[in-house]
Amino acid sequence: MTIFRTIRKVWETDPRVDPNPLVYTILTLGAILYPVWAQVSTGGQGDFLISVLADAGVYILLAVGLNVVVGFAGLLDLGYAAFFAIGAYTYAFLASDHLVVTPLHEAIHLPFWIVLFIGLFVAAAFGLILGAPTLRLRGDYLAIVTLGFGEIVPRIFRNVSAWTSGVNGISALDKPVLPVWLNGPWSGDPLALVQNFKIISPMAFYVVMVLLLGISIVLVNNLRKSRVGRAWMAVREDEVAAAAMGVNTVRIKLLAFAIGAAFSGFAGSFYGAKLSLVSPENFGFSVSITILVMIVLGGMGNIPGVIVGSLLIYWITFLFLPALPPLAEGWATSLGLGSLVPPEGDWPGIGQEVQRLKFLFFGIILVLTMLLRPQGLIPSRVRQQELTKGVHEDTTIEDVNAETTA
Amino acid sequence: MALLELKGVDALYGRVRALRGVTIDVDQGEVVALIGSNGAGKTTTLRTISGLMHPPSGSITFDGKDITRMAAHNIVGLGICQSPEGRRLFARMQVIDNLRMGAFLRKDAAGVQKDMERVFELFPRLKERTTQLAGTLSGGEQQMLAIGRALMSKPKLLMLDEPSLGLAPILVETIFQIVREINAQGIPILLVEQNAHKALEVAHRAYVLETGSIVKSGSGKELLDSPDVQRAYLGI
Amino acid sequence: MSVTTAAPPTAPTAQDHILKIEHVTKRFGGLVAVDDVSFDVKRGEVFALIGPNGAGKTTLFNSITGIFPPSEGRVVFNGRDIAGAKPHQAASLGIARTFQNIRLFEYMSALDNVRVGQHCRTNSKLWDSLFKTPHERREEHAITERAMELLTFVGIQAHAENYARNLAYGQQRRLEIARALATRPQLLLLDEPAAGFTPQEKVELMRLVDKILAEGITVFLIEHDMKVVMGISRNIAVLDHGELIALGPPEVIRKDQRVIEAYLGKGA
Repeated sequence: MTIFRTIRKVWETDPRVDPNPLVYTILTLGAILYPVWAQVSTGGQGDFLISVLADAGVYILLAVGLNVVVGFAGLLDLGYAAFFAIGAYTYAFLASDHLVVTPLHEAIHLPFWIVLFIGLFVAAAFGLILGAPTLRLRGDYLAIVTLGFGEIVPRIFRNVSAWTSGVNGISALDKPVLPVWLNGPWSGDPLALVQNFKIISPMAFYVVMVLLLGISIVLVNNLRKSRVGRAWMAVREDEVAAAAMGVNTVRIKLLAFAIGAAFSGFAGSFYGAKLSLVSPENFGFSVSITILVMIVLGGMGNIPGVIVGSLLIYWITFLFLPALPPLAEGWATSLGLGSLVPPEGDWPGIGQEVQRLKFLFFGIILVLTMLLRPQGLIPSRVRQQELTKGVHEDTTIEDVNAETTA
Repeated sequence: MALLELKGVDALYGRVRALRGVTIDVDQGEVVALIGSNGAGKTTTLRTISGLMHPPSGSITFDGKDITRMAAHNIVGLGICQSPEGRRLFARMQVIDNLRMGAFLRKDAAGVQKDMERVFELFPRLKERTTQLAGTLSGGEQQMLAIGRALMSKPKLLMLDEPSLGLAPILVETIFQIVREINAQGIPILLVEQNAHKALEVAHRAYVLETGSIVKSGSGKELLDSPDVQRAYLGI
Repeated sequence: MSVTTAAPPTAPTAQDHILKIEHVTKRFGGLVAVDDVSFDVKRGEVFALIGPNGAGKTTLFNSITGIFPPSEGRVVFNGRDIAGAKPHQAASLGIARTFQNIRLFEYMSALDNVRVGQHCRTNSKLWDSLFKTPHERREEHAITERAMELLTFVGIQAHAENYARNLAYGQQRRLEIARALATRPQLLLLDEPAAGFTPQEKVELMRLVDKILAEGITVFLIEHDMKVVMGISRNIAVLDHGELIALGPPEVIRKDQRVIEAYLGKGA
């Protein structure tokens, strides 16, 4: 945590110093060095570690997209996983044998790259369809409607089993055809550099993910600093004033919603391709909430913060918590409490007990982080100010007025 | 000993010093005005007294107690009540419930009822509108309600922040008349006002605040006649 | 160089009157906030709307700018009925406004506030923004330059990088005017621009209004300070309980018995 402490110190002593370039540099270096470290530290057996980070990349992509909706435009979307599901199922339909067993009786096998973008546009289209009637609603109402949408979509995929195979999901999705050089410098034959092979190494997925993330982050940053990005922030700050400045608020919110959905669909297609399996169980409410937690904990509105938050939450939920039960058994044994390990009567054994309590630990970690750092790990300056600085004196006139609220 | 005393009070917003060694006092039965331009530190002074900010140096005593570091809700409990600038009413609650909220900390139901009647005597227009939502009142009525709510806490000191802000000329007169009446009932008032002319007319004493420091003080009359004050704040 | 050139060409008709309010009524449920009000605002003048609190002044502003469309009547801007237009459409047509309670984008810099004001006069598409096309770069450059000019115009260029909420009160009022001017309006609506100002600041405000007028922009304001109103307006309309009770130049309004009773009081 010393990195954070340094950033924080620089941040607080001189508000003009922006920690983001430093964070980006660290993240870029980390992305390059990570595979090397993974292979070296495991003696060439690092494929699992690399694969894990590629999976985490999916969540980063999701969080960066949700950040456009929640962090930039200030729209609370609690059903974000629905678009993720739509993207993943789009890949499943368009790049597998599955459609043979549906009423269509005809398999479609489109290439990975094309389906990636189809997933993006299909999700964006659903974003528009959901957004058009609901974005006139404000705050809480929008949250409830998106919550409903997030519940409905996985349920549809579960129940329309003629098309989706219901709870069994769709498996054996096409593995992407990726250039072999993506497997890394140790992949052997240098001639393979220009040839396409169906080579499925976690390293290839990792490289593709890092590149996609890099591009996405540049694009989202461009958006943030553009006319569109300013309009989003204006709507977030004061919708009436934004409208009076000529911003078509419904349209600009719809755009944020569609772009967020597009990210989600894109990530979903990638996810389907990598896992080669989609199932309605993978897109529940908890996914939406996890992504929301990632951006709030990382620092809402600030992309580097969102990335760091995603990595941290991913690590906690998918690596740290599952590793706890064996860890607890190990500790118990080394402390001479070995008798706690096996189940006995009502006692399920310490491993099982820790397993049962893991969401409690997750909750405690979240509560502690938010108490210690309510603005997020690497906040945008806006959040920083909202939560810490006082109001300039003589600046506010309360918004209580008969003539405007009547 | 004065009812309220500030001695050498400083205030900081981040690294910006908003008050520098402010020393003022308010005695029993007085109306004391604090005038100055926007950003001079008037609202900060009130915020510091009511415990919304704590001064890094200096001391504040009220009724013989040191309240420099006391929490805001405890200070309200001691009897300092502020009607904030911009009124800050509970817009979606009825007039009568806004007034009841003012008496939130009081336990003497009978006394509350009596004060409610006193407020209605002072502001007959509020009595006609007890069940109306505060947000739908006109600007002048909202200001009356804000002051009424402050009175409901049975304050030993009433602080008014810009009571005439945004009011029609005819209502400005009424509001200052009411300030006089409240004071005549024995409640001391610390008044922050942009309308320096009216404020100095009702005030027994006044202080002039410039960029966080007290630069002048005296009786209302003296300041009204002071050429400096006339030039800077009275537009003469 | 003029920083506030009005963008859309003016319609050939109705040259005299930039804005005609014709029998406008606004009801909220059973409450009649504005009751059959009619008056005209001439191009190039300062027109003031006064009246007691709750008389319906801001409601009328909201009807003109599309926040609450009028229940009945016509709002004719440049010869065209715009009653029922959405707020962003009103802005595009050339009507800009400030708000009684200052509605800045608090957590955006002063510069960004003014940049947002240019939204309806710029046209970079999503594509341009995503890929920073040359068109977008040129436009962003122009936006920033004009935003600085406008901040200089109202005299707060030194605070360009500060969050709007961290500006002093008077600077916030000025920033709101700069932001409104950024939409290149023909008609500028100011809702109590002098509220909370010291006499000195009021004088500066009156000077600023003169400068805006010199740019060819018509100013329509709501204000309670009679020195300001009488000092700068050519014509005044007085509302009381939603009804128009007087209309005319300052010297007539000052002596009007109904206005004195309802609004001015004997002191003024």
